[in-house]
Formats: sequence, C-alpha cells, structure tokens
Amino acid sequence: MSDKITNWTRSDDAMVEGAIRRGASRRDLMKMLLASGVALSAGGAVFGRATSALAATPKSGGALKAAGWSSSTADTLDPAKASLSTDYVRCCAFYNRLTIIDKDGVTHMELAESIESKDAQTWTVKLKTGVTFHDGKDLTADDVIFSLQRHLDKATGSKVAKIAAQMQSFKAVDKTTVEITLVAPNADLPTILAMHHFMIVQNGTTDFSKGIGTGAFKREVFEPGVRSVGLRNTSYFKDGPHVDSFEYFAISDDNARVNALLSGDIHLAATINPRSLRMFEGVDGFTLSKTTSGNYTNLNIRLDQGFGAKKEFVEGMKYLVNREQIVASALRGLGVVGNDQPISPANFFHNADLKPKAFDPDKAKFLFDKAGVLGETIPVIASEAANASVDMAMMIQAAGAEIGLKLDVQRVPSDGYWDNYWLKAPIHFGNINPRPTLDILFSLLYSSDAPWNESQYKSPKFDKMLLEARASLDQDKRRQLYAEMQVMVADEAGTIIPAYLSNVDATTSKLKGLEPSPLGGQMGYAFAENVWFDA
Amino acid sequence: MNKRILSLAANRLAIALITLVIVSFAVFFATTLLPGDTATILLGQSATPEAVAGLRTAMHLDDPAILRFLHWLMGLAQGDLGTSYANNMPVAALIGGRFVNTLKLAAITAAIAVPLALTLGITAAMWRGSVYDRAVTILTIGIISVPEFMIATSAVLIFAVYLKWLPALSFTNEVSTFYDILRVYAMPVLTLTFVVSAQMIRMTRAAVVETLSTPYVEMALLKGASRPRLVLRHALPNALGPIVNAVALSLSYLLGGVIIVETIFNYPGIAKLMVDAVATRDLPLIQTCAMIFCLGYLTLITLADILAILSNPRLR
Repeated sequence: MSDKITNWTRSDDAMVEGAIRRGASRRDLMKMLLASGVALSAGGAVFGRATSALAATPKSGGALKAAGWSSSTADTLDPAKASLSTDYVRCCAFYNRLTIIDKDGVTHMELAESIESKDAQTWTVKLKTGVTFHDGKDLTADDVIFSLQRHLDKATGSKVAKIAAQMQSFKAVDKTTVEITLVAPNADLPTILAMHHFMIVQNGTTDFSKGIGTGAFKREVFEPGVRSVGLRNTSYFKDGPHVDSFEYFAISDDNARVNALLSGDIHLAATINPRSLRMFEGVDGFTLSKTTSGNYTNLNIRLDQGFGAKKEFVEGMKYLVNREQIVASALRGLGVVGNDQPISPANFFHNADLKPKAFDPDKAKFLFDKAGVLGETIPVIASEAANASVDMAMMIQAAGAEIGLKLDVQRVPSDGYWDNYWLKAPIHFGNINPRPTLDILFSLLYSSDAPWNESQYKSPKFDKMLLEARASLDQDKRRQLYAEMQVMVADEAGTIIPAYLSNVDATTSKLKGLEPSPLGGQMGYAFAENVWFDA
Repeated sequence: MNKRILSLAANRLAIALITLVIVSFAVFFATTLLPGDTATILLGQSATPEAVAGLRTAMHLDDPAILRFLHWLMGLAQGDLGTSYANNMPVAALIGGRFVNTLKLAAITAAIAVPLALTLGITAAMWRGSVYDRAVTILTIGIISVPEFMIATSAVLIFAVYLKWLPALSFTNEVSTFYDILRVYAMPVLTLTFVVSAQMIRMTRAAVVETLSTPYVEMALLKGASRPRLVLRHALPNALGPIVNAVALSLSYLLGGVIIVETIFNYPGIAKLMVDAVATRDLPLIQTCAMIFCLGYLTLITLADILAILSNPRLR
C-alpha cells in the first residue's frame, strides 16, 4: 500500500473538516477514512491540515468580495420580502434578528437578552441594552413590534405571513421589553424568530433601500440587480466584523462564478455545481465548505390510491433504494444518507438512533411477492424539476429489474411539474427546502391536515403528538416526542427520503472562519460578519 | 443636397415616432401573455390568493393593465419614464448608470471593431483569391460559427484563470487609470469584436468585390490608376451604402443584445436589466428598455442612410 493518496479531493477535505467541527474524535476520523478506503498513514496528514484551519484567531482588515448566484432588479433590503439567497446575505449584513441558530442547531440570543414564557403562549422578550441603529438611534421595543407586526399586514407582501399569523398581539412593557401573545401555545417561538425574514428594522421605516439596521455593516451602495457594498459598523454591539468592507453581487453563470474565484477576483463563490468541483482539483489555495442543511429530493408513494394502498409494496420500496449509491453517483458525493424522515442531522432534534434502511433486494422481493405486485407495470414520475430525481429513479428502476419489479419511469418536463404532478401522481418525486423547526416541517408535510401531505399520511396519534410537542416547554419531553415522530414518519409514511442534499461553497484559503450552518450555505447566509483574512 | 438629407431626417423622425408607439403596444401585448404578475412573482411559493390581493392593492396594480400602460405612455410623452413595480425606484434611476455602461462598451467595441473589419474586408477584396484573402475568409467564417459564450469563457480561462493577466469580472466602478480601463474592457471588447466583426468583414468584402467588377472601375484601371487609388477612390464610395448598413446592424446588436457578455463578465449593462424586468413582469421597465433598443436601432439605420447618401455622388 502506498502512502500517497491518489483519490483524495477537496470535497473529502471539507467532509473531514465538517466531522471535526461536529466533534469527531481522532478515532472516529480514522474509522471514517478507513471506511472510505484511504491509507492510514495518510490520515494523520489530512487531520493536521483540517485542524490548523480551525485553530486561528481572527485578524482585522481587508475588503471582502463575494458572489452568489441569483440577483435581479427585484433584489430587496426589506427582510419581509427577502426571497433569494442574495437578499438573505444582505439582510444578515445590515440587520440582526432577536435570536440566531448556531452550527449545531441550537438557538441563541442575538438582539434579545432573553425570551421567556411560562405557558408557551405569552412570551416576554427582553432586549439587549446599548444596541444602536446605523443612524445612531437606540434599539427599542417599538422597533421590535413594528418589525414583527408588519408581517401581518397584507400590503407588506411578507414571505412568512402564514407563520407570523400566530402572533396575535404585541405590547411594549417598557423601553426594552416586548410581550408577544400567540394564538395558541408554541414552544418554538425563539427558533421561529431566528428566520431571516424576522430581522429587526427601525420603527416607521418605509424606504428599505437605505438598509438602516443594527447589523455589522453600514450600507454604502445598494443597486438592485447589480451589487451592494457595506462598510464596517464601528459601533457594532458584537465582536466584529473582522473585514473593513463587504461587497456582494451575483454571478448567475456557474462557470463564470468559479472562474472569478480561481482568478482571484472574488474571495467566496456560493453554491458550486458538482460538475465544476473538478476545476478545484490540483489547484492550491482554495477551500470547499460543504453544508447539509436539510434540502432533500424524495420519492412519494400516495398511500390512498393505487399500489401505495398495499402496505407491503410501500415497505418493499424502502428496501429497494440503495441510499449509499444514490449519494455516491446521483449526487456525486454531495449528500448525506437519509432515513425516510425530513429532519436532517443538522437539526437540533434529529433522531440519530433512527438508522437508514439497508439496501436489501431479497427482503424487498419477499414483500413485493406478498403484495402481489411483481409482473405488473408501475409508473413512476420523475423530472428535472426535482433535483437529481431522474438519476434516482433510474437507479431504483435498475434495482427493481433485478428482482422482477417493473417500474416504468416517466420523465416529464420541469415546466408545470409542481402544479401538474407533485402531490397528484400516485408515485412521483418531490423536493423540499429546509425549514427551521420540526413543527413547521411536520405541520406542512405530515399532519393529517397538512397542505403538502405528499403521501397522504394520516395518523391521529401523530397529530396529537405534534400539538403536544408544540405546546411543551420541556426540552427533554419534546426531544422524546420528536424522536418517536421521526420513527413514525420513517416507518409509516409513503415518503422515501434517500438522502439530504449538500451545498458546497468555495473560498480562497486566505478566508477563514466560514462554518457550516443548518440554516443553509454561506454560513446560513451570515458569513460576512464572521469571516476574516489570514495574511 | 442638404435639402434632401433634411427631408430624409424629418421623414425618418416621423416614422420613428410611429414605430415606437407600435412597438410599445406590441411589447405590451406580449407582456400580458406572460403568466403571473409582479405580485405573484414577488410572493413566489407564499402566494396565497389573499396575500396576492393585498400586495396588488399596496402596489397599485389593481387597475387593468391597459390603463396602467396608457398612463405610462402619457407619462413618457412628458418625459417621465415611470416607476419600477419590482422595487419602487424611478425607472430613470435604474436605467441611468447601466445605459451609460452599455454605451461605453458599445463605443469602445465599435472604435476597434469597425476600423478592423473595414481594413480586413477591403484588403481581402483587393487581393481577392490570394492566400491572404482565403485566410481572412476562413477565419471570419470560423468566428461566426463559434458561439460567443464559448469565446468569452475560453478567454476567461486563458487570460484570467491560467495566465492571471486580466480580471475575470469587469468592475467598471473601480476603474481610475487608463491601464485599468484596458484591463477591465479587454476581454468583453475582444469577445464582442469577434462577434460583430465577422459579419462586417464579409459584407465589406462582398460589396467591394462587386464594385471592382463594374465598367467604371475597369475604365479607371485602363487609365492607369494605382491599385489603392482604384479601390479607395473609385470602388469604395460606391460600395459604402451596403457597408454602412451592415455596420449599423452590427452596432445595434451592441446596444441591447449582449446579454451573454454581460452575464459572463458580470458587466452591469442594459440587456440584463431587460431580462430582469421580464422575469418580474415589471411593465414600465420592460417598456423603457424596449424603447431604448428600438430608438437606438432606428438612429443607427438613419445615420447609415445619411452616410450612404453623402458618400455617393449620384445620390447627393
């Protein structure tokens, strides 16, 4: 065995680094490296490389330039209207939220000093003192009430109007205390307030293009569809930002974005296409950062009609999916194996004991035999609209052919897929974006009255547990309930979630401090105030 | 002669106004055929019927589209370009800087591409059938056949990624010295020069070759005129009509059709603005961009005609 690694790529570097950040020990790491076929003698060198990236103190200075992938004249600095990642990045630079979610999925206070409740229905938000807006005014309870209340006004056009609707009334107790009363108890309020749309703006703001917030950068330039520049806010209430200025714009062409990074024009390129990853192979001076925040493509089998009505068929399909192979080839390694439930490992309440079902064609064949579906032609709808679904469908089809199951994969156009096939066809693929809390995901996708109940899963027991967990302030009890609910979804629902998809951002190696975040790529879009340049 | 040109210009002006109105109606009807409106696009996945209705009221999109369009047209007649639906900024402010950028890029490209194309076209015609002529012909046909994203991306890979001579993106806002201008504009101009020159070279060569076979050029040859004099004094003025028209057509492309170059070099011009406007169904912005493209085209064609008249003794 030679001690030179030949198949080691930068995405492997990112994987190792991610594992160390999540607290992997040296022993875990060796296990992981051995599992992926890397020589033991080389493992030490890799470990050393990845840890050195973490153990450094931030340096001050430098002009940060970063590029996302989407931008248009509809770009906005109004947090309520933010819809593209570009908007999120800018809002994170200019404003702050009451709370923030860290890399382990734990909710921390940002503008709030504390958020407390006795019954999960009436919440008291105490604000930090000494926080000022860019124009010098102090942050007060009125600003918070204005920022949250405007989501309830239809004229605002808020993206989170539905989630905000549970906030029934607001009261300024004193200058820095707000009382929020909900329609019904919801223990997740602190986490919900960490959503990008609930950034705090100044009371009475009508012109959002000025970007006056409490954030780490003061708006210098904002040209929708072109670029934005922020200068360091010297009276920022947190440590940082480390860089002097922050310029952000979008390069929509994948190749052009990678080229701009390679040529040194920008320091960070967001969301690298898997196909472009090999551009970084054999080039020094660049770091790839992999984030798995819970976006997934899933195979939905409706339980209320057709083949899905047969329990054994649905169970058999779960054993027919070769999850490792899907991650390795359909996703080109940019994914994490899933276990048929929507809560990814990035989430605080993820049930790590729930293991993915093994690929077991014999067991699947036995179950299909029992259901009496072998020999019948079963249509499966796939489309480019659902990321990587065509490749996944092909793999499942091939595995089925080996044991005599005839899957007829029908590839349909992206245009109109979500209106015409998704939720409607008996067996089809879907794609779900991450949401901040289990409650939102489960109520959206799995409760009996869920608007997007992809497999028509109905369980009164599940509904009851959902309400119980929502209203409970006991963290251990919630964890227990949510763990059980994840098992229920994995075993009973007809949604097969083979993998969580990863996002890869690339940076110059001089840029330090970028960490994965459960809220999405680019450090949950809040990288600007956290990164620094290593001279 | 002046009278003729003046009447032509006045005539063209009247036609231009009518064309603009017709084009703006055509653009309006095409826009109404697109599914959705600004409110539904901005709300995206969270577009429930109540939310859309609320936002429409707030954005004053309640009036029928045709009324809003006529209102915009009235405003335009008074010099008001209107307000963007997508971000509530005046259209003039959105377009201003980006239109200047487009003009700059077009001007620099024209300053290089036009003399280059004319020289190559005329010399190729002069030495028709020679090795030089064949080389020019093969090269121009080769370049016409390569799509511009291919040229642009290859240029970035070679000059920015591997050689690191030039920046991959064109940040015009950081340009201060002449050297900076050279660096920033080198690759976009190179790409566009390739795209627009080929057509001009082919047209110039064809037009000059045609006049070179006319009796009066043969007469000049018999008189003993030198070859350069033959081409420049006798053939070229008569060939100028088709040539300036080809040049005008190529240049009008630079005013609105360079979306690929703008995207790859992240150059904030007006073509990408138009695409954004269509994506968000931003009627005032779409209309204003369309008017600019149309006006630019008409102006160039009129200039080409005037030049053709001035250059041709028989038409004066």
